[in-house]
Amino acid sequence: MNYQQLSHLQLDALKEIGNIGAGNAATSMSKLIQKKVDMEVPSIDIVAFDEVMEMVGGAEKIIVGILFQILGEAPGMVYLLFSMEEAETLVQEMTNNNEFTLFPEGEQDELAVSALQEAGNMIAGSYLSALSDFTNINMQPSVPHFSVDMAGAILTVGLLQVSEVYDYAIIINTKMNDAEKVQKGINGQLLLLPSPESFNKIFQALGIQEL
Amino acid sequence: MSKQSVVKVGIADLNIVTAPDVIRTSGLGSCVGVVIFNKNKQIAGMAHVMLPDSNLGKQATINRYKYADTAIDILVEELMSRGIRKPQLQAKIAGGAQMFQINTGNDMMRIGKRNVEAVLTKLAEHKIPVISSDVGGNFGRTIEFDPQTGLLKIRTITKGEHVI
Repeated sequence: MNYQQLSHLQLDALKEIGNIGAGNAATSMSKLIQKKVDMEVPSIDIVAFDEVMEMVGGAEKIIVGILFQILGEAPGMVYLLFSMEEAETLVQEMTNNNEFTLFPEGEQDELAVSALQEAGNMIAGSYLSALSDFTNINMQPSVPHFSVDMAGAILTVGLLQVSEVYDYAIIINTKMNDAEKVQKGINGQLLLLPSPESFNKIFQALGIQEL
Repeated sequence: MSKQSVVKVGIADLNIVTAPDVIRTSGLGSCVGVVIFNKNKQIAGMAHVMLPDSNLGKQATINRYKYADTAIDILVEELMSRGIRKPQLQAKIAGGAQMFQINTGNDMMRIGKRNVEAVLTKLAEHKIPVISSDVGGNFGRTIEFDPQTGLLKIRTITKGEHVI
């Protein structure tokens, strides 16, 4: 399959998958922080590796990444990404403790990390279960993998499987925004990276495998 | 004094630099930054290697900058075409981390280590000595090489900055 030859129908289907997943994820995120969360309409980005890093602010930008492998019939990766400030705000909201920081005295706060992993479990879990219901393909999230580091180092992990076959990736990119738009809002980004072999499975399940 | 500019190397990319310019690649995780240089001529090549072996590529036409074996061959050719003989070359390498402890039995998840091994094997094949290296761990690195001093500056988020 050549990514660049995807039909409009197939691109729309991917967008719809992202949409359904995003709706579910927004609901579980707003339950978590008891605030309204908006999801932007997902974009389907077909991008070179360097452009993937630009999507989150450049390869050197420090990001908080929670990575899930997709287990089941259509493998891939899901990233939940936050800036440091967004991640800290999320932990503060979840714990009702405005003192929380990710690196008190230079060491990662284990409680804050656990809280973020748990948030990731809920958000990625509901995202994938919506995808799974819609496509009728079994998709389960792995345990969460957590890292605070340079975007390049964190995101390359998700590009490895693609990189054996292509020099670009398809990313279904969803932005979450705090609906109340307070100054320190909780925003975040969900990236879905299906493995190359998963696209045909998804299209087959939806009956649109023909170009 | 002439103005110093920074030559950037992307992912699965490579480039050549001469003094006073410096060369940099950002956000190395499991990827390996390979610098091959000659201090007398103040010239260096840098590659940002993503995968170990081009023979494992599943592409019809492979991107030769992406793999350890092919990218190093190109760097050596480029430097030799600028009048430097192979015995005059030295190397420094950094990167090859394992960012996440993902346990799948899948080799892709140990790719950092495999990248480092492939780079060392290829450099040994060319008989280019690796005079210093900073590899492994579970953190990202941004590296910058100055062909004038022969020093490689390594920046990390949690472990600060150092020079090898």
